[in-house]
Amino acid sequence: MFTGFDFDVIARSLPYLSQGMLFSLGLTVLSMIGGIVLGTVLALMRLAPFRVLHLPASGYVNLLRSTPLILVIFWFYFLVPLAMKRLSGDAYATGIGPFYSALIAFTLFEAAYYCEIIRAGIQSVPRGQVHAAFALGLTYGQAMRRVILPQAFRNMVPILLTQGIILFQDTSLVYVVGLTDFMGAASKIAQRDGRLVEMYLFAALIYFILCFLASYVVKRLQLRYSVGR
Amino acid sequence: MDFSVFFQPAFSGGGTYLDWVLSGIQWTLLVSILGWVIAFTVGSVLGVLRTTQRVVLRAPATLYVEVFRNVPLLVQMFIWYFVLPEIVPRALGDWMKTQMPMPEFWNAVLCLGFYTASRVAEQVRSGIQSIPRGQTYAGLAMGLTQPQVYRHVLLPMGYRIIIPPLTSEFLTIFKNSSVALTIGVLELTAQARQISEYTFRTFEVFTVATVVYVLITLTVTVAMRALEGKVRVPGYLGPAGR
Repeated sequence: MFTGFDFDVIARSLPYLSQGMLFSLGLTVLSMIGGIVLGTVLALMRLAPFRVLHLPASGYVNLLRSTPLILVIFWFYFLVPLAMKRLSGDAYATGIGPFYSALIAFTLFEAAYYCEIIRAGIQSVPRGQVHAAFALGLTYGQAMRRVILPQAFRNMVPILLTQGIILFQDTSLVYVVGLTDFMGAASKIAQRDGRLVEMYLFAALIYFILCFLASYVVKRLQLRYSVGR
Repeated sequence: MDFSVFFQPAFSGGGTYLDWVLSGIQWTLLVSILGWVIAFTVGSVLGVLRTTQRVVLRAPATLYVEVFRNVPLLVQMFIWYFVLPEIVPRALGDWMKTQMPMPEFWNAVLCLGFYTASRVAEQVRSGIQSIPRGQTYAGLAMGLTQPQVYRHVLLPMGYRIIIPPLTSEFLTIFKNSSVALTIGVLELTAQARQISEYTFRTFEVFTVATVVYVLITLTVTVAMRALEGKVRVPGYLGPAGR
């Protein structure tokens, strides 16, 4: 089946491919951090008893969760340079690269998904904990920061990481705006050398190994955390 | 903001840009619904296999789920479209490359269907596993065979339990259908980008596309909630119970 395949093309392009992989991983880690921070803020807003806070947050989350990621990437690829032009007054908006457009798009998109995870996590902390914190004289902010969120995050670690694996797979979609992540690098070489079969199968294999190992680690982590509860 | 752009005659094809949007919506719906038929059928079979006692049945289903879940959809899309015709037997490959009708469309449907099947399988499995063991034993004690227990006891209950997660899987396949633009299916997102390239009315065009996606999501959510209430088993779970 593999006769006539040129596996040397992979060896030849490894440096380029690993640069792409670094891009993918960097984008994943940065937008995961940004997504979790913003997601926490959104989750706290959604849980707040004030309409001014929870209505906009709910609207934002529902809007982004019903829009395809590709469309969101297109949106920000178009909006970010426009906004930068306004802000900097620079007619060509040279200061901002496509990487940042992608980063902003992924952060804002993932924040909607992280928000829902974190909201569920916060709601899974027993109510008595909140009452106990207030009874001790903690303010709302202190109770959240010192009592509720630490417990909520401990329960959520596996789900947050699983979402991170999904995010890593989703970063391959920056292909649609021509960025060179791992998949972008693979497809550029595939088209340059006319070696689509080898490159795409190789890309699939690498993604599979990384994501499979990562989900295995997350599963182990989950088992360990669920002990003692 | 100038939405009159949609009533201007389109760059090619005779109609207006509104016709492009409508045709995009049509392809989005076609790809997602046909893909969903595959995903639901294959996913149900795989989900059932994953709950059986026999390793010969369970292992292949587990392997399938792991492989399809851990490779990004975009990569799978390219494999269906670019790689598959090269590695299947010669005659079939040649047919796929030259005679297959609408190869982009059908490959996108198959790709989305088999990708989503792995996710549906997980939902079906967890639905079946959430039913108390006693129900299976009761079924077997009444003289039902194993397949009959699935057919009459486990699946009717399991499907009802997983209506909410299945709804979000359907919404996922519908959003994921936009990945089909990478192999040249002119669905809604692709049409939006194309119109914005011809007219430079990017803001208006993307707004309309986003609104359409949100409307379809809302419709599906409302419809599924109604279905959930309708098939609810009295005195059991359901939207009223939560």
